[in-house]
Amino acid sequence: MSAVSERPPAGSDTRRPRASPPGIAATVGALLRKELLVELRTLESVPGMSLFAVTTFVVFHFALNQNTVSGDEAAGILWVTLLFAAMLGVNRLFVADQDQGGFDAFLLAPVDRSAMLLAKALALFAYLAVLELVAVPAFGLLLLAPPLGQTLPDLLLVLVLADLGIAVIGTLVAALAVQTRARDLLGPLLALPLLVPIVIGAARASSPLLVLAHPAEVGGPPIRWLATLALYDLVFGLIAYAVFDFLLED
Amino acid sequence: MSSRTFPPEKRSENPEISPQRSSKRELRGFRTDTQHGRGLRTLSIATVAAIPIALALVFFYAPIEAEEGFLQKIFYLHVPLAIVTLCGFVLGGLMAIMHLRTRERNWDLRSYVAIHMSLIFGVGTLITGSIWARGSWGHWWVWSEPTLVSFLIIMLLYATYQPLRFAIEDPERQARYASVFAIVAGAFVPLNFLAVRLSTEYLHPRVLGSSSNLPAKMAFTFFVSLVAVALLFATLCSYELTAKRTRMLLKARSRILGFR
Repeated sequence: MSAVSERPPAGSDTRRPRASPPGIAATVGALLRKELLVELRTLESVPGMSLFAVTTFVVFHFALNQNTVSGDEAAGILWVTLLFAAMLGVNRLFVADQDQGGFDAFLLAPVDRSAMLLAKALALFAYLAVLELVAVPAFGLLLLAPPLGQTLPDLLLVLVLADLGIAVIGTLVAALAVQTRARDLLGPLLALPLLVPIVIGAARASSPLLVLAHPAEVGGPPIRWLATLALYDLVFGLIAYAVFDFLLED
Repeated sequence: MSSRTFPPEKRSENPEISPQRSSKRELRGFRTDTQHGRGLRTLSIATVAAIPIALALVFFYAPIEAEEGFLQKIFYLHVPLAIVTLCGFVLGGLMAIMHLRTRERNWDLRSYVAIHMSLIFGVGTLITGSIWARGSWGHWWVWSEPTLVSFLIIMLLYATYQPLRFAIEDPERQARYASVFAIVAGAFVPLNFLAVRLSTEYLHPRVLGSSSNLPAKMAFTFFVSLVAVALLFATLCSYELTAKRTRMLLKARSRILGFR
């Protein structure tokens, strides 16, 4: 299948004089483009993740025996679903690189290794964004009692902050797990405890947005939880940046 | 570099990971470790002395707590176990940093042993904590106690350390990946405590974990218990280290002599 070839596409930067290796921005750009191109051509992750999320809402409807949910319950269902759907993407994130020599090709290139972390995390972030583009309206349609419209801007902020954390931790864990024999099992096992603080922050921040109340009474997301999420994203971003290079040397 | 030849702990489920490298090189890497077992006797004697002293203090010296009575004495076992476990996890992370910096497999071995022993102590912490919660609040598990909940999350994370480690076949990569995990998880320990503590609204008024409001006799007993548990941890770690090094040395020697 030529669609999953691992070479970065021959962009403009590869035609430059060979004296200086491409900068980190150019590398990240090339890798991200390759990542999105592969996903666009194979459609391996994102459609599956979205379908999984919608199916999970249906399962929740029957498992809880409720037609509508709100408040804490709604936030919990939304975040459990998004988290498990994200796990599907995390599990697949490095599989093509591992199986088809993408790591070797990347290591041969005279570029900064951290570019891989950045590009993969950005790709996972994009997958999560598309997933939520499907899952959040589906949630509003199928399960959520209050109308989604009024809280959407605030909810978007929570989603972005949580997605950043999921993307960074997911990339790190996927890179750890992909070299093991039981990678499909170890990925979620490693990721879920690390993502518990994200779930705490995201669920607590979004539950006041999803309560059944008069639009005027629905407050914004608590600043405390947004700050917690942002801080956790930042710290884990730094940790991932510090250790990621060691996963890529062979 | 001799760091490439670190043979992982021998496991029956993956016999294929024993390295087929030059045995002589392997042995040379161990030369510095031939006097291992140093200090083992001192540590053992200190531990054997410290534990009865701590127990005697707990049962005969420390006063009975007014509110909880005799049950409160589990505090002298539970809290030192928890502190030593968490320090062991963080220590494992620091040793992993040393491993990635120096590429000496000894650091990886130390990190492995520290995390392994902390896992065992952590199970003890969860069990004693559960007993204490049952006696004191009437439930085996209390979600409103942030320390207990954070501890469980950390234990769940570290429970994947060995599955991750032994699912990687190449010994050099195994050590490297285990170190990366140990660093990430070691940094996660304080972060997780912060996040979980934020999430619970301090439902219970008593703060038994802090020694600041303890009477002097209790604080002294607690301190001695902490030292005893820490000594026990150090002794068990050095026993495991010595056993592992001896086994690796033995394997390397018998390979040189052509026994395999």
